[in-house]
Formats: sequence, C-alpha cells, structure tokens
Amino acid sequence: MSNKPLKLSGLESVVITPSSNFVNIGERTNVTGSAKFLKLIKEDKFDEALEVALDQVRGGAQVIDVNMDEGMLDSQAAMVRFLNLMAAEPEIARVPVMIDSSKWEVIEAGLKCLQGKGIVNSISMKAGEEEFVRQAKLVRRYGAAVVVMAFDEQGQADTFERRISICKRAYDILVNDVKFPPQDIIFDPNIFPVATGIDEHRNYALDFFRAAKWIRENLPHAHVSGGVSNVSFSFRGNQKVREAMHAAFLYHGIQHGMDMGIVNPTMLEVYDEIDKELLERVEDVLLNRRDDSTERLLEFAETVKGSAKKKEADDSWRKGTVQERITHALVKGIIDFIDRDTEEARQNYEKPLEVIEGPLMDGMNVVGDLFGSGKMFLPQVVKSARVMKKAVAYLEPYLQEEKIKSGQVGKPAAKILMATVKGDVHDIGKNIVGVVLACNNYDVVDLGVMVPADKILEAARREKVDIIGLSGLITPSLDEMVYVAKEMQREKFDLPLLIGGATTSRIHTAVKIDPVYDGPVVYVLDASRSVPVASELISETSRKIFKSKTKEEYQKLRVDHENRRELKNYIPLAEARKNKTAINWDAFVPVKPAFYGKKVLLNYPLEELRNYIDWTPFFQTWMLAGRYPGILKDAVVGVEAQKLYNDAQQMLDTIIKDKSLQANGVVAFYRANRTSKEDVKLYSKEGDDTPFATLHFLRQQNKKAQNLPNFSLADFIAPIDSGKDDCIGMFAVTAGIGLEKLVEKFKAAHDDYSEIMAKALADRLAEAFAECLHERVRKEFWGYNKEENLANDQLIAEKYQGIRPAPGYPACPDHTEKRTIFEILEAEKEAGIKLTESCAMYPAAAVSGYYFSNPESKYFGLGKIEKDQVEDYAERKGMKVEEVEKWLSPNLSYDTL
Amino acid sequence: MKIEDILKERILILDGAMGTMIQRYKLEEADFRGEILKDHQHPLKGNNDLLSLTRPDIIKDIHREYFEAGSDIIETNTFGSTSVAQADYHLEHLVYEINYQSAKIAKEVAAEFTAREPNKPRFVAGSMGPTTKLASMSPDVNNPGYRAITFDQLVVAFKEQAKGLLDGGVDLLLPETITDTLNVKAALFAIQELFEERGTTVPVMISGTITDASGRILSGQTAEAFLISVSHVPLLSIGFNCAMGASALRPYLKELSDKAPFFISAYPNAGLPNEFGQYDQTANEMAAEVEDYLKEGLINILGGCCGSTPDHIRRIAEIAKKYSPRRINSEVLL
Repeated sequence: MSNKPLKLSGLESVVITPSSNFVNIGERTNVTGSAKFLKLIKEDKFDEALEVALDQVRGGAQVIDVNMDEGMLDSQAAMVRFLNLMAAEPEIARVPVMIDSSKWEVIEAGLKCLQGKGIVNSISMKAGEEEFVRQAKLVRRYGAAVVVMAFDEQGQADTFERRISICKRAYDILVNDVKFPPQDIIFDPNIFPVATGIDEHRNYALDFFRAAKWIRENLPHAHVSGGVSNVSFSFRGNQKVREAMHAAFLYHGIQHGMDMGIVNPTMLEVYDEIDKELLERVEDVLLNRRDDSTERLLEFAETVKGSAKKKEADDSWRKGTVQERITHALVKGIIDFIDRDTEEARQNYEKPLEVIEGPLMDGMNVVGDLFGSGKMFLPQVVKSARVMKKAVAYLEPYLQEEKIKSGQVGKPAAKILMATVKGDVHDIGKNIVGVVLACNNYDVVDLGVMVPADKILEAARREKVDIIGLSGLITPSLDEMVYVAKEMQREKFDLPLLIGGATTSRIHTAVKIDPVYDGPVVYVLDASRSVPVASELISETSRKIFKSKTKEEYQKLRVDHENRRELKNYIPLAEARKNKTAINWDAFVPVKPAFYGKKVLLNYPLEELRNYIDWTPFFQTWMLAGRYPGILKDAVVGVEAQKLYNDAQQMLDTIIKDKSLQANGVVAFYRANRTSKEDVKLYSKEGDDTPFATLHFLRQQNKKAQNLPNFSLADFIAPIDSGKDDCIGMFAVTAGIGLEKLVEKFKAAHDDYSEIMAKALADRLAEAFAECLHERVRKEFWGYNKEENLANDQLIAEKYQGIRPAPGYPACPDHTEKRTIFEILEAEKEAGIKLTESCAMYPAAAVSGYYFSNPESKYFGLGKIEKDQVEDYAERKGMKVEEVEKWLSPNLSYDTL
Repeated sequence: MKIEDILKERILILDGAMGTMIQRYKLEEADFRGEILKDHQHPLKGNNDLLSLTRPDIIKDIHREYFEAGSDIIETNTFGSTSVAQADYHLEHLVYEINYQSAKIAKEVAAEFTAREPNKPRFVAGSMGPTTKLASMSPDVNNPGYRAITFDQLVVAFKEQAKGLLDGGVDLLLPETITDTLNVKAALFAIQELFEERGTTVPVMISGTITDASGRILSGQTAEAFLISVSHVPLLSIGFNCAMGASALRPYLKELSDKAPFFISAYPNAGLPNEFGQYDQTANEMAAEVEDYLKEGLINILGGCCGSTPDHIRRIAEIAKKYSPRRINSEVLL
C-alpha cells in the first residue's frame, strides 16, 4: 500500500504513518467523561480546566479531545471559549484538537476556532445520507479530518456485520462522492461496555477487534479509533480493574489495527505489568473465552477493591554505606540524621576538611546534576543546602581545631560576592542564587541589601573573591549597577561581573553595563543559569573564550537595539494630549468617599489577609512554573509544589499564632481634578480651591491605531473645567514588620529554606493586604461599588471596577512619585514604611499606589516617551531634565549621554 | 497556455514592492482623495489601494515598470482592500469597487504586454492581505480568550474582496503575508464558496510570513504545520514572503519544497530595514541571495516584497533564466 499518512497540526505538525505508534488522544477535557472537568466548566473555572488540558499534553497526549456536550451547559459557547483559551497556551496549542460533539452546530463553531488541522468527532449517517454528505463537505472545507461513527438510519452498529457494512458504505460515499481523502477518515466502530451480565454484550469487544481488522484490510488508508474507557463502564470506582481492562483492550485493539484511541494518557497501566491473574480474567471477558468470565472478573474485582496499599515511611536507606546515606539525605533534604552520619564520616577520614571535600561534596554534586537536568526543583535544592549547611556547621569546631594544629586550610573553593545594590532592599532572588551556587561548591560571600559600590569593591578585595554578582528589583537599581561597573573600571578591576534580578535584562546589560567595564559582564537569567556561567568564568582557560564570546554577543545586541529603536513611531506630546482617553465628563457623577483625609490600619488581622493571597507568584518565586491551584496537580512539579504549599501553610499558621509579622497600612482620599496637562491637583477640604499637592503622571507617546487613545492615568480624573468634584485615593501597606527578627532566627539555624519562605510569605501577605484593602475601598471606604461580590480568583483576575496602579510600575514608572504619596500619607510615621534614596520601600514586603474609581480606568504600559515630554515633565515636577532622564531611563525613546 | 504548464517549464517571476514605488511619487492627500472623495470626512493619505480609483495612471505605470523588468505575474494593488482594513479609513463601501478597478487596470496592462510578446503571456494575481486583525490571537494580554474578529466576519470580508477581483478579471488569487493561519483558512473558505457559487475557478496561490528566527508564523505555527493546515485546498503554489531577507528565508522554503505537493513561491524583502526603516540591499546583493534557492532547485515562482524595485526584479529575472524550476515531488501527495 502506498504511503498516505494522516497529517494533522496544532502549532506543530503530527504525521501519522503506518509505522507510527498508537496515537493517544487525551480524553480528560471531556465533560461527559470527567466529572472533575465538568465541575470546572460549570463553575466557570476555565483556568483550572486549561490545566487539565496541559496535564494531558504533558502526559503524552498527541491530540486533545474536547467535549462540552452537557444539558446544563451552553455547549457551543463553552467550546468556543475553551478552544480560544487553549490557543493562547503554546504548550497546549502545540498539539491538534479533536472537536468532540454530537451536535453539528457545536462542531462547526469549534472548527472556526482552529488555525491548525484538527479532527471532527464525529459525523455519521444517523440522519441519512444527505446530511452526512453536507457535513462531510463542510468538514473538508474547514480543513479537518473526520471520525465517522458506525451509526446509520437504523441505529448504532453492535455486531461485526453491521459495523463493517456501515463503515464500507460511509467510506464509499466519502471517497467517491465527496472526494474526501481516505487517509483523513477515522472510523469509530463503537466500543461498548463488557462484563455487564447481559448475554448480548459478550461479543462486544471481540467484534470491535474484528471490525478494526476488517477496516484496515478493506478500506485503504482509513484509520480506526474509539473511546476506550467505555469498555470498563461496569467497573466504575474500581480503578485497578479499569486500568487493566483499558491496557488489555488497547493491546488487542492495536494488534487488530486500531491505531488511535481516546484515552487518559496519564493513567495507562502497562500491559506487561498487569497482575497475571487479573490479566487472564480481563482477557477472558474481552475475548469472550469462557462462559463464566464475567463472574470470575467480578469476583476478582471484589478482592482488589479498597485494598490499595498504604505507604509506610521507608527507612531502608539507613542501611546503606555512610556515603550513600549522606547522598540520600542531601538529595531528599532529610536533616534528622545528618549530624550522626557526618560524625561517622569524620571518623573515617584523617582531616575534617576531607569530609566536606569527599562525601558531602559528592552528594552535592548529585544534587547539582539532578537540578541541572531538571529532575530536582528549586525548593528541593534549597532543602539540600540546609542539610549541607548543618553538616558543615557540625564540622566547624573540628575544622578550627585542625586549622590551629596545622596552621593552614585546604584549597579554597571559588568565591563569589553577592549583593543587592544601594537603594534596593529586595533579596529573595539573590538569596536563591546564593543557595544554588553554594550547592555547587562555591563559597558565597553575601553582603546583603542596600550595599553601596565602595563597600562592594572593598569587600571584593578583602575577601579575594573570584566573581562579583549584583542583584536588584526596582528600576533605579539598573543605574546603580552601571555605577558599580564604572567604579570597577576606574579602580582597574578585571573580575567577572554577573547581573541579575527582576528588572535586569540581557538588553540592558548589553547596552548600558557591558560598554562601561572591560572585564567580563554577564546577564544571568535565573538561579539555574548561575552555575554554568560561574564555572565558565572561574576556569582560567574558558574565561577568555567565554568573555570574548559574551562581549561579541552584547556588541551585536547593541547594534540590533540601535537599529530597532529607529523603527518605532512616536508622536509629539501635544498630539498625544489631543488623543487622550475620551470620557464624557458631562454625564459623570462623582462618588464621594466615606471620608476625606487618611485612615490608619495597624496590626491588620493576618488570618483575614491569608484568604486574599494570590499563590501563583509565590510558586514563581520558587521557580516552579504553573498557575495555582492547577500547579499542585502538575505532572512534573505537582508533588514538589504541594509540599511547598503545605510548608507555606504551616509557616503561615505559626506566623499568625505567634504574631511574628505585623501588617500596617494607611489609606487616604482627597478631592482631585486634573489640569490640561498630566497633573492632578489635590484639595484638602470641600469648597477649598487651593491645591495642597500635585500628582504628576505621564502619557503614552507611541503612534496608536485608529480609535485607541494615548493613555495617561490623569485622564481618569475629571478635569478642573468640568466643574465636577472628583476624588483620588492613595495607599501604602506592609506586612513585613517583624520580618527581620523572624529571619534572624532562621539565619542562625542555617535554614535558607525557611528564610526564603518567610520573605516570600511576607511579600504575598503585603500583596494580599493591598487586594483586601482595595476591596474595602470599593465597597466601604470610597463605596462606589457597594454591591460587589467577588471570589478570590475573580479579585486576582481584576474583575472589578477601578484600578490601583503603583509608581514604578508600567502605567506610572516614575518611582519618585512615591515620595509625594509617602509625604501625604505620612507612611513612615503611621505605618513604619520607609523609602530608600532609590525610592524602594522598606520593609520590602510593601505595596503603595493610587486608587482610581472611574469605570473607564484601566491598566496600561506607558512605553517609551520622547524628549519633549521629559522636558515638560521635568518642568512640571520642578526637577532637572537629567534627573528625570535618570529615573525614567528604561522609558526613554532616545539615548542619553 | 495554462500557467500550470508554464510552471513546469520555467521559473515565473512575480513583481516587487508596490509601496516602495508609490513613495517615489511623493503623493499628497489630494492625490489620494481625487474627485470622488474630496469631501470625505477622514484623512486618506497612505491608503495606497485607493489610488487604483483616484490615480490609476500611477498604478498602471508601476505595473508597466515591473512587466518591463521581466515579471510574468503582477499583483493587483489590493493588499488592504477588505472591509476590515478599509474600516480604518471609513471606506468600507468602496471595497468592491477598489478590487474590481484594481483588477481591471492590471489586466489592461497585462494585455498590452501579452499582445506585444505572445510567447510570454502575462498574468495578474489578486492580492489579498491578511487584514488588520487576527482570528486566533487575542490583542489583549489580560484576556487571552478574546478575539478581535471572528472566522465568519473574515469570510464575509474576503468573499467581498475575491468577488471584486474575479469580476475585474484576475487570473489568480493570492492570499499573502499570512500572519495567522486561521485568517487564511477563512480566506480559502470564502474563495471555495465563491467558486462553488460561480461554477468557475481560478488557481489559488498562498504565501505565509515567517516572523523571525523562531521559524514560525506570527500565530505560532511551524512551516510544516502551516502547510498541513492549508493543504485541504488544491493550491497552485505555497510559499513565503516579507519579514526577512532572502537568506534567512531559505531553510523554511526548503522545508516546504521537501513536503509540499504544490509549486513553491518566494518573494522576500530586499534584506532587513536599516535604522531609518529603509531597505538598502542592492539588486545584485538580493539576486545573489536568491540564487542560492535556485541552485538548490527549491523554487517555481520568484519575486520581491518590501524594498524591492524593478531593478531588483530585472536582476532576479536574469538570474532565474539560468536555472530550471523545482519539480514537484510526487511522493509527498497529501
């Protein structure tokens, strides 16, 4: 037979040839087959429903079946919405889609969403030949393959003869009349439940197998598929028997030519691993080999029901050699026996240092390799580091003793200095990099946060470090890093400089930092990249090559950047102002807040705030990718995510019980109107027309498509000449009071894991505080939306009216506006939140910003602005142009000298 | 002689950029408005397709220049002539007329040249751009399920455009610069409906755009996935245009050439834009890059996109004469 493969596509191609293995079609995104998926769709939790699809792809599904046929659902709308969401997730969209519905209009709506070539499941001759031909023609015109059910005007085929005669008839019509490519036809000859106790059902599986064989031999190029889980329907609730039945059914189906199937790829028992006795009884049923096969399988099913083995804590690893035990403890992060094992190892070696360089480092190398190859995740590595530190701490007195005795220590490990630059207080990311480096045998000298350049350089000399690593999270830190690099150049350093942290980027490093320092400068994307980069830079031989390679790469980036910059289109500020957000102020009715002036909230109950936590960023902090809560069930990181989440809950319980963190906040409202520029004037009390303060905003200046305004936050406040008394809110909250003391305790115990955990939780609580306070503002303090009633995931998705943009973020990137907010709120005095010279908030677990209530208000990114606006803004703020340029450097459309 | 037969014998040459050529005329708002739109409420400068109605003399001259340079096929001046794209100018009501007239004037010029040189018949391909909206991607990052346009809306828009082009007499239809495969599937759907209603067909060429070095079109598909997604239609040719210079496009053309049961087309940009957004690759440089395709036998139809001029096309046509066209691999029938 000539080779006519079935070709399908999502974002990537899937080509099914006769030599392809069986094609798994993921079945869990099907409301008729999965109660869980149905529940998610019914409750409108499409985000979590997407995780189900992702799970299927990661579990090995080559095609995803989507079915929304449920009486209570608007199936067509649900199909379209889900397919559109799937299209936005590249990892899911990679694979082709099978649109599964018994309703033609649902199928057709689905076909209109697929850019790739999918499969329609299904059409049949149930309603006669004419309708069958019409649908087949349309399937072809939309560019899909098709599943044809063995179903005709008389009903569903349930015998071998009916199955093959219907398939033959359908095939002839499709190939000869419709000109449907035969390789794009997939027959579903009906998989029915067996072992039902009804005699007529005894041959169901066997007839399916025979029909599959006949189709493959007599209908050239056509394929055979089916919904496998149907076969075990009588054994619902008995997963073990069901999985065995599916595996055995597939085994025989494939032998007979079935080459595709709708299955749950994450739950397939391996045929060879099925309990032999169970397999025999299952096959007796499927192949109808004995009269009493059903009874015998039922009997067996009773014995396995509920007998799932309970897992006991496995201590067998304690029986290994001391090296095996140390490695196991490091990989698994088990701290309980490490002192004992370290002592045992110490007695085996002459010098205590050899314990570190020998068994401990060997164990950490295993950890490093597993992390490097993606088989361990960050939270596990941090736990490994905790074990390592404990072992080293145990050896410390012996090391000292040895040092006094011999007067020397062994060959020192390469030293890396780490610091969060001056003006910045964020250090979670830096700490994580430090831990990962330490796990890979680097000696990390951590100078902490807010470290000025001279301190960094002085420490680098004193400690004789091999590499300097700088970290920062807020935009002004970018400039500070440039300054450190310049200082290193001036002081004739040639040490490698690593750059990392949330606002840093390869392009910034290439354009701004690399040119000012002749030594190697390398941008490090995340903790996992830090090890390979450091090892390249440590070795004398590879350092040169690596340096010239990186310098060359950055040079090229600079050139590209230069070229690309010219292509953007900007419009003059005056023109952008004319294109402001159109709001009908005549029709605007301002809502007065419950109070003007400020309100202080001290010791806000943490148990209330925890309900507002958005957990997804928490997992990002730990470098676990995925959305909460789906991530807990993720095929790859699910187990670790769940552990991490449990640990977080436990620590939260303790924090709340011990009151070790305190949450404080200030919120205020003022009468406000905007000027003809992007300034908002604040007035202290009603009737008073003399402003007491001015807020300064910026306006987008890129050329917009028709009907899109050049946004400025100021647009959302009524202009002075509208005669309307508008209002603006401001807030500053923290959940980091007490964090330093809490962290001290963990530091003393060498417990990086708990330290990072505590900081990450304080961050989450501060964000939760902002979310919670915003809700109270809408419903109570400002009260413009008293009826609002939203669940936490809806809050996270910002499904409410009004916004709370924060200075330093995309809509208003100027950090210095925080000074105005802090002055008005007296945030330091009232809530204990300080601003550093770079306008970072301290404690770092803090959020501040504005409240806008106008229904038209929305978040946007300012993008780049032109010199005319910078000059105008400098004048409005009473700042020097150069100073504005410094603070807004990432937003300038032009280069400054 | 049918174009399918000529394509088996030699490489056919498409034209080059229309926009680059129009820029040379330094036209003003009044040129775009002409008499018929002098009172239109919205600015029209930059709506190049409109010139087919208001300055047909210029468009015909440009077509002539390309035919003189050696083009076998020229494209109608209708890249943005759908109701979706013309909505930016509030000219939805003129869409049929622009397509009809653009096709008509292009055919007039083609007829002149065919009459002059009957052994080299000239063809007109109806250009159908991707419109300004994507059907399978959301313009709003916060709302990934949102779509700015539906498949059905696109079918209506493309059908109107294709009807004008066919009534005006085009020899071929060419949905091009495809950034989203769902958009082109809608165009193909519309074209097939129209063919069925009229009872006649013309050959259909399509051309996608690989956005960057990822080797994917904007909507995320690889070259092969793109090919598979449009292969339900009996195409005359499939290929790539725009976005990149000739060299960068080569690996993706190779992939199509290996796998497609259709003729292969390529009309790359004249290199990459410089810092002023202009293309400064010379005719010789561009021709040297496309010659690599020809040496490998990847191509049946060759032309230029952004930045290419009659000089580029002349040089490409000269070089193409030296090579034989790609043979369709009959083993890869879909």
